[in-house]
Amino acid sequence: MANHKDIVYGIYDDETDLLRAVKVAHDKHIDIMDVYTPFPVHGLDPLLGLSESRLHIAGFVYGMIGTLTAFLGMTWIFTKDWPIIFGGKPHWSFPAFVPIMFELTVLFASIGMVVTFYVINGLGPGVVNPTIDLRLTDDKFCIAFDTHETSKGDAEAFLRSTGASEVHSKTI
Amino acid sequence: MSSYDSAIREPLITGHKTYHQITEDLASPTEKAPNAAWIIGFLISVSLLAFGLFCIAWTIWHGIGTWNLNRTIGWGWDITNFVWWIGIGHAGTLISAILLLFRQKWRTGVNRAAEAMTIFAVICAALFPGIHVGRAWVVFYFFPYPNTRGPLWPNFNSPLLWDLFAISTYFTVSLLFWYTGLVPDFATVRDRAKGFRRKIYNFLSFGWTGSAKHWQRWESLSLVLAGIATPLVLSVHTIVSFDFATSVIPGWHTTIFPPYFVAGAIFSGFAMVLTLMLVTRKILNLEDYITIEHIESMNKVILVTGTIVGVAYLTELFIAWYSGYVYEQFAFFNRAMGPYWWSYFGMMFCNVLSPQLFWWKKFRRNIALTFFLSILINIGMWFERFVIIATTLARDYIPSSWSYYSPTWVEIGIFLGTLGLFFTLYLIFTRVAPVVAIAEVKSILKSSGDQYCGPNAIHHHDDHDHSHHDHDVHAHGDDTAALGATTMLADDQGHEESLQLDQNPTAEAIVMDEPETTKEETITRAEVKSDDLKKIEGIGPKIAETLNLAGINTFEELANTSTERLQEILDNAEGNFGGNSPESWARQAKLAAEGRWDDLNDLQEKLDGGKY
Repeated sequence: MANHKDIVYGIYDDETDLLRAVKVAHDKHIDIMDVYTPFPVHGLDPLLGLSESRLHIAGFVYGMIGTLTAFLGMTWIFTKDWPIIFGGKPHWSFPAFVPIMFELTVLFASIGMVVTFYVINGLGPGVVNPTIDLRLTDDKFCIAFDTHETSKGDAEAFLRSTGASEVHSKTI
Repeated sequence: MSSYDSAIREPLITGHKTYHQITEDLASPTEKAPNAAWIIGFLISVSLLAFGLFCIAWTIWHGIGTWNLNRTIGWGWDITNFVWWIGIGHAGTLISAILLLFRQKWRTGVNRAAEAMTIFAVICAALFPGIHVGRAWVVFYFFPYPNTRGPLWPNFNSPLLWDLFAISTYFTVSLLFWYTGLVPDFATVRDRAKGFRRKIYNFLSFGWTGSAKHWQRWESLSLVLAGIATPLVLSVHTIVSFDFATSVIPGWHTTIFPPYFVAGAIFSGFAMVLTLMLVTRKILNLEDYITIEHIESMNKVILVTGTIVGVAYLTELFIAWYSGYVYEQFAFFNRAMGPYWWSYFGMMFCNVLSPQLFWWKKFRRNIALTFFLSILINIGMWFERFVIIATTLARDYIPSSWSYYSPTWVEIGIFLGTLGLFFTLYLIFTRVAPVVAIAEVKSILKSSGDQYCGPNAIHHHDDHDHSHHDHDVHAHGDDTAALGATTMLADDQGHEESLQLDQNPTAEAIVMDEPETTKEETITRAEVKSDDLKKIEGIGPKIAETLNLAGINTFEELANTSTERLQEILDNAEGNFGGNSPESWARQAKLAAEGRWDDLNDLQEKLDGGKY
């Protein structure tokens, strides 16, 4: 990979230890590169300074695009492109359009959000991300520091003092 | 986010699991060679599928004339099967979406398999309209796209076209939801795998790392998908019911159809989830993750939806009579007393009467009975669709067109083929992906694991009895992470961090979400030996606090306090505890102090809010 990073990371055995350590870092304004956990740990986001995800706003926009596509599409087809009389009903029969408008809203919102989710996370089929530690998807929790932001000595001292069971450094 | 969990809430993960143990238990089925039961099941399923494919080929080659449909009976087993399969799919989305919005933790044990079931059931369902059109090779005419036929568009006013949109959307959204949930678990399997398997799972896991920001977005995505999948799942069977309800056929043309179809769909779906999960938990040894508590919860849903369906059946009969409309009246008379009476009474027995057994807790928690009833309900819900479709069409407006419809071997073969397809896909799924959502189960361990809640919980937050701790630490292997970090560090004298942490004796009790002001209170609580008094039926967190203030901290102290004294404490306390009667507390506390949890459980079963 083009951009190699030198990282120092500590392994914690429990999410309570991890949260406590992240809180210390938050209070002392130590820059954490990232935290890796095997499952979503609640309470982590504000301490890491992560702003709330805006994915749901994107979802709303995609959904509205779906609604409009369905509504405008059916309107154009039945009034302009090929008006057909079905059982003597008006060409533009809005109530009958509602089910398809709803379905396309849901369809566009979910496909759009899922695609956005993978793109902004840099995840996708065939993506290979560097593995920091194989146990991080099992039962270990990790705080990683980029040595360009936090000096190696500071990072190691922090990790040891907050109860990391292991401290390692690595180039990823 | 601190939430209050009732002290009587049962654990959802048993066996004192650690995080690592959860990974082992749930990921290992994908790593081992299949056992004999799986191979036999797979061979049967694939044989059925092969026969089904043969029957489909037969249908396409010879035409729909190979089915026993005729001029008036235009829908037979095909649409019956279509509605049945679509209905089964609904439980998966209900469990994964609606129960997520309601924060029902028991969903984590069954959501993965239920969602997989949804996807496979929708595939089976979509097959039927596809071949029913006769010329399956031009089935893409369904879809609106600019074409060289005019361009000629489909009829957007037709419920059949709404159905196409509803089902394709439903399938897509279910698949995306399911796969996004699977990605972190595929990463777990990837990190345990070597060689070629590792490559495959790396591809499937999309390069997942477990970064905090990814988890945050993942949770946000799951929540919004759940939010939009909830109206979606309600819309799908509503639209399926429109296929009937917007027609002018007596017996179909009713406004009760949408809610009645949705309730029936959830009902049949939960029956299929139970059928599958009871077998899966046995074969893959998942009893610790899919507990009796899960089964009981699902049986409650079955009871409610089954009863709604029963009310709908009776409402239909009443409205047929009350409307004074003779054709409607004939349709219902014919269902119960006509040539297909056996399917009507089969439906009534399986769907309305049989689930009523679940009013009794004893039956809800009986696995053999649950399995038997789940099969009955699957059959009953198939009968329901058959009753609606076949009995109505076999007796239409013109008596000269009346006939008796029974399927040909081709129609039966295609149905068996979809059963084969469904089970083939499900069996492959159990080998490839973790059947229980690993990450989601881990995230509820601290609140619903049996070492944290329920009668066997280890009170590592309040209880400072060290001999008790040592025992548990050694009994449950080397991974003591889940039992509280301080305990472990205090045991391990050589550990470099122990000194640092010992200076902060309350560290284990500080939960990051709690505001700073509660720290002091935590210290006082941690210094005295105390038990969780909330385990006594009738004592909630407020009363427990009151008793602690009065100097009663352990079960033993409570057992030695007279009822009069307890009443006095309650009377003098702030707050209104008038409705609480402490008469049974001493007896309960005695059992708790002696560690007789089973006896305490039996006693609490008999008590009503702590009263005799």
